[in-house]
Amino acid sequence: MCLAIPGQVIEVLEGERNLAVVEVTGVRRRVDLGLLADDPPRPGDWVLIHVGFAMSKISERDAAEQMRTLALLGESDAAMEEVRGYGLEA
Amino acid sequence: MRFVDEFRDPEIVTRTAEEIRRLADPDRHYRLMEVCGGHTHAIYRFGLKDILPPNIELIHGPGCPVCVLPMGRIDDGLALGKRPEVIFAAFGDMMRVPGAHGSPLEHKAKGMDVRIVYSPSDALKLARLNPDKHVMFFAIGFETTAPSTALTLMRAKADGIRNFSVFCNHVTIIPAIRAILDSPDMRIDAFIGPGHVSTVIGCRPYEWIARDERRPIVVSGFEPLDMLQSIVMLLHQLRQGTATVENQYKRVVPWEGNRAALGAMAEVFELRPFFEWRGLGFISQSALRIKDSYAAWDAERVFEVPGVRVTDPKAAQCGEVLKGVLKPVQCKLFGRECTPERPVGALMVSSEGSCAAYYNYEHRKKSAAMAGV
Repeated sequence: MCLAIPGQVIEVLEGERNLAVVEVTGVRRRVDLGLLADDPPRPGDWVLIHVGFAMSKISERDAAEQMRTLALLGESDAAMEEVRGYGLEA
Repeated sequence: MRFVDEFRDPEIVTRTAEEIRRLADPDRHYRLMEVCGGHTHAIYRFGLKDILPPNIELIHGPGCPVCVLPMGRIDDGLALGKRPEVIFAAFGDMMRVPGAHGSPLEHKAKGMDVRIVYSPSDALKLARLNPDKHVMFFAIGFETTAPSTALTLMRAKADGIRNFSVFCNHVTIIPAIRAILDSPDMRIDAFIGPGHVSTVIGCRPYEWIARDERRPIVVSGFEPLDMLQSIVMLLHQLRQGTATVENQYKRVVPWEGNRAALGAMAEVFELRPFFEWRGLGFISQSALRIKDSYAAWDAERVFEVPGVRVTDPKAAQCGEVLKGVLKPVQCKLFGRECTPERPVGALMVSSEGSCAAYYNYEHRKKSAAMAGV
């Protein structure tokens, strides 16, 4: 729940309220961009995701570092389980 | 230095650790509180205590949402979940947290409709998929997760989804820090500020800690080097006798926070006059409740809540550990009746709880050493 998961915005979905397809190490899920309405991310941008919502825009380098931090903390599997769980598709 | 080899820039880590030893006055004992449970986890995982000089003591703060929730709230939520029409939805972290009569997972085994969701918006989706049921989302978390719950409630209202409600247990970090500073048995010299909460609230809400309480606070990232650098920044301030708010985690935390997230929270939530925290007792204006304009989605108003108050199991000393008065290992149940496999208290459940963190890294290491492994 308190994991901050880095992902890259692949596509902002037209006609869907603030939803985007975001990729986290090869897994693509719908993530809500509604909490970044002041500075909406575009495809290619990197974001930090908490509980299915993008909470901040970050650089590609910081995204890589955050992935590394999750790995060091032993939280990579939990993070990927969370991402796979988004959208009730799993 | 257990994990130093895995660190990015191990040389800089070593140099930073040396700087900490140089800055720390050997005649002084430093009590630094890391507010955030994520930091607590990282401190144990990285073995940072082995790197720091013995006169720098890290005190674990109240920033583990699962840990600070009193057992009565879990029982209240589960009581609503027992209603035949209700689907009880919660994050995975909640599932093994013990109530007085078992955890959500144990209730599921007995037939209650309990679902794990990874996002509040998925709880709302469950409601859309199950129009003949009522989905109650058991919401927990600090300002990191509260905006997502808020936005989900705004969507439910806009779309007129009436078979959905939130049992709101969101708490706010600032009043908890104030309660710690007001508590006579807590002597904290400085704070390592929470990283992800601050992406939402920014750094300004901490200013009173420096200005009025004369305690330095540094908002910190989660890598070992981040935390060591934050400790250097705190020691510089303590040496110079200054107290300011500094932001070590600038790459993620904007000074002003996230306006859209704060706006969503302001639209949906208001402060409760009082809320009970495990270990810290009742703290005024420390938690969020759902505003009247969203009453139709507030589980506490849609249903009648029993309002259970239960004390923690007698032998468990979760409260003292949570306040930093006792170390995890000083609790009578630690590692015997209470383990991550069979948790008695919530601090042993969450990876951010200090008992689980201590058990998983320190206790196992010591047990292995004693067994000669």
